[in-house]
Amino acid sequence: MARIIVVTSGKGGVGKTTTSAAIAMGLAKRGHKTAVIDFDVGLRNLDLIMGCERRVVYDFINVINGEASLNQALIRDKHCDQLYILPASQTRDKDALSQEGVGKVLEELSKDFQYVVCDSPAGIERGAHLAMYYADDAFVVTNPEVSSVRDSDRMLGLLASKSRRAERNEEPIKEYLLLSRYSPERVKIGDMLSVNDVQDILSLHLLGVIPESKSVLTASNSGVPVILDEKSDAGQAYADIVARYLGEERPHRFIDEKKGLFGKLFGGK
Amino acid sequence: MTTDPQNTLTKATAIEFKSNTFTVPVLVISSNDLDVINDQIQKKIQIAPDFFKNSPIVLDVQSINKNNLPIDFTKLTNVLREAGLLPIGIRGGNGLQNKIAIDLGIPIHSVHNSPVIEKKNLEDSPPKIKSSHSETALNTQATLISQPVRSGQRIYATGDLIILAQVSAGAEIMAEGNIHVYNTLRGRALAGVQGNLGARIFCSDLQAELISIAGTYQISEDMRGIVRNKPVQIYLQEHTLIIKDTA
Repeated sequence: MARIIVVTSGKGGVGKTTTSAAIAMGLAKRGHKTAVIDFDVGLRNLDLIMGCERRVVYDFINVINGEASLNQALIRDKHCDQLYILPASQTRDKDALSQEGVGKVLEELSKDFQYVVCDSPAGIERGAHLAMYYADDAFVVTNPEVSSVRDSDRMLGLLASKSRRAERNEEPIKEYLLLSRYSPERVKIGDMLSVNDVQDILSLHLLGVIPESKSVLTASNSGVPVILDEKSDAGQAYADIVARYLGEERPHRFIDEKKGLFGKLFGGK
Repeated sequence: MTTDPQNTLTKATAIEFKSNTFTVPVLVISSNDLDVINDQIQKKIQIAPDFFKNSPIVLDVQSINKNNLPIDFTKLTNVLREAGLLPIGIRGGNGLQNKIAIDLGIPIHSVHNSPVIEKKNLEDSPPKIKSSHSETALNTQATLISQPVRSGQRIYATGDLIILAQVSAGAEIMAEGNIHVYNTLRGRALAGVQGNLGARIFCSDLQAELISIAGTYQISEDMRGIVRNKPVQIYLQEHTLIIKDTA
């Protein structure tokens, strides 16, 4: 049985798709057979981030409607043979998703995948609801900024009440906090909420902090998940996150300000 | 149109139901002879005319019913009214007397010390007493929440509401009784929503968007002076919300 992970946030533009791509790649690179599904029907993006947009033939909606088999629609990643992508349909909208249809696809994927990562669309409507409905774990991506934090809080409320696990009275979805686009320099001058501020409001287990990084934009535009850029801070942050999710203990990085050469030499600590 | 919050507040509270206890003289009737009753009332009134003038009175007819003495309740009421008394209730009446009383606009009061005739019935059916007890018990039952109350969630409790986790901004918690939050309260908390003026809100860290007791409310802008990270209680005093440390 696969573990179903939903990457969600409520708010748009916080880095859900970047995170989905990075996490899925990270899990696959560690040898776990992983599928990543784009739930953003009508606003297909994951294929671009994963760099497989030229190879899309069939999509998620085709599979739900029985117009294509799952194997026909799944695209094997060119960097890692353990990773498969199920793209969204660009020509349809979220109403094309049905609860039974999504359930069937996830059940079929569960048979021979170890992890299924669901990239949720923004908002709390149908697409976002169905992306999280069958989830076992939730990665809540939040920016250190008040509106993103509140939307995440709303999403956490829905995870606790509107999921299949909640409806069946099963063990609740495991929720993890991923704080993205973090800039210690801006936190220091009071421009940005700190890790502690966000944790105080959301009281959630922190899986990792992803620093604001130029490498994310570069990676997105070139269609290579940022986790493959091992030299970049964001790539390392995602690698840490995957490791922690799989149970490894790793100290948190990227929370404190980077020290310059002088800081390193004379900063003590 | 500008809305003056003070003005809307007065409009919203044009009427208010309150519970109060009054001391009212009870006239115990032990004879069904209306002439004798009239005679004795007149004598009593003569002793203290000012005291009895327009005095409200509750009629107690348990005694005559116990002795099976039939009485014309309409005529009895007229005798009292002519004597300048204002009957405002009957207690211990039988079905017919109660019906007439209601028709005459006189409310029926319950009897605390039940008449002998009914006592036997009560002993035969103890569940009757029990059921009235459990009804009050139902209202005071507390609802316990141990999970965080997230933004957008609403919780309503018919009795007291106890929350062990935090209440996020944008969440709404309501209780007909008291509200206890043993964590940070950032959302809206409304206690005594059915008009219980004695309801209170307790929390260990008050950062609420809105607090309300029995309809009297305060928004966070009015709570700027409140010290954070300190346990407080909120209660109603003279239509004003009082926020006080519970140290």
